[in-house]
Amino acid sequence: MSQESISARSNKQTQGQEVDQQAINVQGTDAGVDDLLDEIDSVLESNAEEFVRGFVQKGGQ
Amino acid sequence: MDRRIFGIETEYGLNYVPSDGRRLTPEDAARHLFKPVVEWGRSSNVFLGNGSRLYLDVGSHPEYATAECDQIDQLIAHDRAGEMILLDLVEQAEEELADAGHRGRLFLFKNNVDSAGNSYGCHENYLIPRRTEFKRLADMLIPFLVTRQMLTGAGNLVKVQDQTRFVFSQRADHVWEGVSSATTRSRPIINTRDEPHADAEHYRRLHVIVGDSSMSETTQLLKIGATDLVLRMIESGEIYHDLRLENPIRSIRQVSHDFTGRSVVRLMGGDEPTALQIQWQLLELVSDFVARHGAHNEHVPRVLELWERTLNAVESQDFSTIDRDIDWAIKHKLITGYARKNGLDLDSHRVAQLNLTYHDIDPERGLFHLLARRNLASTVLTPDQVKHAVMNPPATTRAAIRGKFVTAARATGRRYSTDWVHMKYEEGPGGVVLCKDPFATEDAQVDELIELMRQPV
Repeated sequence: MSQESISARSNKQTQGQEVDQQAINVQGTDAGVDDLLDEIDSVLESNAEEFVRGFVQKGGQ
Repeated sequence: MDRRIFGIETEYGLNYVPSDGRRLTPEDAARHLFKPVVEWGRSSNVFLGNGSRLYLDVGSHPEYATAECDQIDQLIAHDRAGEMILLDLVEQAEEELADAGHRGRLFLFKNNVDSAGNSYGCHENYLIPRRTEFKRLADMLIPFLVTRQMLTGAGNLVKVQDQTRFVFSQRADHVWEGVSSATTRSRPIINTRDEPHADAEHYRRLHVIVGDSSMSETTQLLKIGATDLVLRMIESGEIYHDLRLENPIRSIRQVSHDFTGRSVVRLMGGDEPTALQIQWQLLELVSDFVARHGAHNEHVPRVLELWERTLNAVESQDFSTIDRDIDWAIKHKLITGYARKNGLDLDSHRVAQLNLTYHDIDPERGLFHLLARRNLASTVLTPDQVKHAVMNPPATTRAAIRGKFVTAARATGRRYSTDWVHMKYEEGPGGVVLCKDPFATEDAQVDELIELMRQPV
């Protein structure tokens, strides 16, 4: 992972904490999802369009 | 039936993403994936030591059919074991491809549509008594199945009237008939192929092919558990209000596309209840049936509670009470949260990627598994139950016999073959053993066959 993406992630985490606090006040359970939304970009293949379009298979049963 | 045999067949979507620009067709990717299977099984269609069947189906879809199970948690574990077994094959295939100079990643999706709108299935099998009249059963079951997607759909993004919408079901748009013998072209809700894999005089295998594949264990529990309860009520011969639908196929799409649950479902008799009203009525009938006859297994209270909670969530449009339990709601929360946070529309490529990657079975990058790791998805099983199911057949059904046979035969290195009811030693005498009883856990003839295989030729 590059230095740039590490710092981008830690920034997001700091912002995330504020959002988390609000979310806890409102619904109590959203903190985990909010963290996760930050993590998602690091696991997804980078070219979304190509990734989705490339998945074509014949139909099954 | 108090004790029923269940099985789930799951077809997986497959995609190879090269990092060196050298693409592989799905056929080639599937061939690499199944190379170790063909090496030990001499075929891309094999039965495993845990009693399951693993094969390449129409369209190069890897398919895993669970062994015969007679308990719902056991069934969920065996379906999850299929994911583990395929993950192991993915790892081997990626290594083998790397050795051959291909750099890239192999993705398996436990979903029901590809990006061009081709569909592949998750088929549920329920052993039912032959004496239950099939026409009556289908008439009573179809209204349940058409509206069940509100409970157990995997969620999807579909273009309806030029607008991308979140809908309940992946499969609903790919079903064309109520009941028929087709599976690939004009897919029905219930397939009538009558192969009971049991004594045909007493049993029939109900083949439901309208469901979505489940990532969530709790969604799977509700899908199988609620269907089993409705079947019990139908089998008991009890009569309830006629819910036959005027047009099941029109209704199944309307119900899937309407997130409010208030789409009208027109009945043959002319009544026009909403999808929610039909579900509430069925839940009330089933609850009443359970109150009178008792719960037939320990999962019934949880199934009924989850069923009611899900209907309440759709009714109130507050999905927060089910967003750890029901696939479409888990995915809906993830997608809407991500889209809002990043200022994206539902028709953006990134959102489509999330919709797909939710079903990636890889534990590190699959989005459902990311949620599960953070305790954002409810579970039914312990991880040990899944691990156990990878190596061991259900101990309470015929799968125990098949599993023992396959494991013993592989250890001897002798040639053998098997299917759901036959076990055959191909070298020397002994011939074929037919095991017609899916509830049997031992068979003396199979034990003799195993002894024969162990003797020097």
